Amino acid sequence: METGSGGGGGWFSRARTVARPGFSRWMVPPAALCVHLCIGQAYAFSVFNLPMTKLIGISESAPDDWKLTELGWIFSLAIFFLGVSSAVFGRWVEEGGPRKAMFTAACCWAGGFLISAFGVSIHNLWLIYLGYGVLGGIALGIGYISPVSTLIKWFPDRPGMATGMAIMGFGGGAFIASPLSVWLMGKFSSDSHIGVMETFVVLAVVYFVFMVVGSIIVRVPPADWKPEGYVAPRENKLISKNDVYVYDALRTPQFWLIWVVLCVNTTAGIGVLGQASAMSQEMFPGHITPIAAAGLVGLMSLFNMGGRFAWATTSDYVGRRNTYFVFMTLGFILYCLVPYTGSVGSIAGFALCFLIIISMYGGGFATVPAYLRDMFGTRYVGAIHGLLLTAWSAAGIFGPVLVNYIRQYNVAHDVPKAEAYNTTMYIMAGLFVIGFICNFFVKAVDARYHMKDEKTGTALGAAGEAARA
Amino acid sequence: MENDTNGTTTLQLVLAWGFVGIPLVWGVFQTLLNALKLFQ
Repeated sequence: METGSGGGGGWFSRARTVARPGFSRWMVPPAALCVHLCIGQAYAFSVFNLPMTKLIGISESAPDDWKLTELGWIFSLAIFFLGVSSAVFGRWVEEGGPRKAMFTAACCWAGGFLISAFGVSIHNLWLIYLGYGVLGGIALGIGYISPVSTLIKWFPDRPGMATGMAIMGFGGGAFIASPLSVWLMGKFSSDSHIGVMETFVVLAVVYFVFMVVGSIIVRVPPADWKPEGYVAPRENKLISKNDVYVYDALRTPQFWLIWVVLCVNTTAGIGVLGQASAMSQEMFPGHITPIAAAGLVGLMSLFNMGGRFAWATTSDYVGRRNTYFVFMTLGFILYCLVPYTGSVGSIAGFALCFLIIISMYGGGFATVPAYLRDMFGTRYVGAIHGLLLTAWSAAGIFGPVLVNYIRQYNVAHDVPKAEAYNTTMYIMAGLFVIGFICNFFVKAVDARYHMKDEKTGTALGAAGEAARA
Repeated sequence: MENDTNGTTTLQLVLAWGFVGIPLVWGVFQTLLNALKLFQ
């Protein structure tokens, strides 16, 4: 079990986190949630955007105040560095163990907030880019994959449910952060000051404590540990009993097929998630008010979170590949239906379509770690998951571009606003067809990529040998 | 393994789940209140 950086002593080492007899695996989901609930704050960062445009002018933006377009880069940078750091540090996270990774994530996350607080106090946007965007993004990447990988090892009987719990926490983190941030800013603001800086400092302290508690609680199972009464799944070609070395996984078609499937599912979800409020008001002018649209966005957030747990848990029973077939098929049908609901004025139909789509968006994130585990085994699943999250970064660009630019093009060409999104909906439906085809071609990983002797490092795949050399 | 009496106690489990569960339920409740505006 001991490899690489995990071989050293000390409280942070992987060896010190191996559970003793009697440790309940049900302590691990709260440990994972301690981290995911904190880093899930990223989804709620937009609550700071408007106040940060008035730091100088207070009641309204002054000429030297930051613009919304400039502030938008903070979140984009964080998501970009999430993908980069999870890909770059994935192997280190896997070999160093969850405590070291979770503590590092806590330091980066809290440090990111503190640097940003300093940036706000001296009104330097570059410090916020560095703090929240770069350092916070690194915390997002490391903090996201480490608990997920640990849970997969503790719940070999129900990996979907286990990872669904943690990733549900990432979705739920915004629910806590959003009202908490608004409340804190209210407390620290006065007629001559907006309390963003103080709010950042308080959040840094609170999140650091939460994440460190998680790193204290977390444990990894002993080698060859199995839960009591565990019965290995019946022979299934799509559930591997072998591990694949992280960089060998990149050489398999399965990795890239799942990458496309996740990218498609995420593109479709992100596209509507960010624009749901404006889209609903433009498709149903006079019927959906801004307040009702905000309610729809709130409901979508709940479905996003609930879908993470529900779909991932379902995948334990119906299989990962079948779950994605449902996402792709249902997604295709629902996106084709959305323009129809607009044309007949069915608000309930429109809302239902998007709520299901958003539940599958969350479900896609939560199910994919277990899909990777089925394909590549548990040994390097965290690192491989980290590499796969680059699909998220890519989707973060494709989704909003597809929705915003095509709408803009249509409106500029005299298409009524209520119909301006129809082309995008059909393109999204088309993307699901591509995803369906890719998912169809996902087969068992070829045996030549399997790690054969973990302890000696011999007979690893080609990339594994090169890396160990 | 999980039934070992020297291991994790029920109190530890309750505390751990309460530590993350209470803020999460509070956040979900706040969001639900906001979502209800759709039906007003």
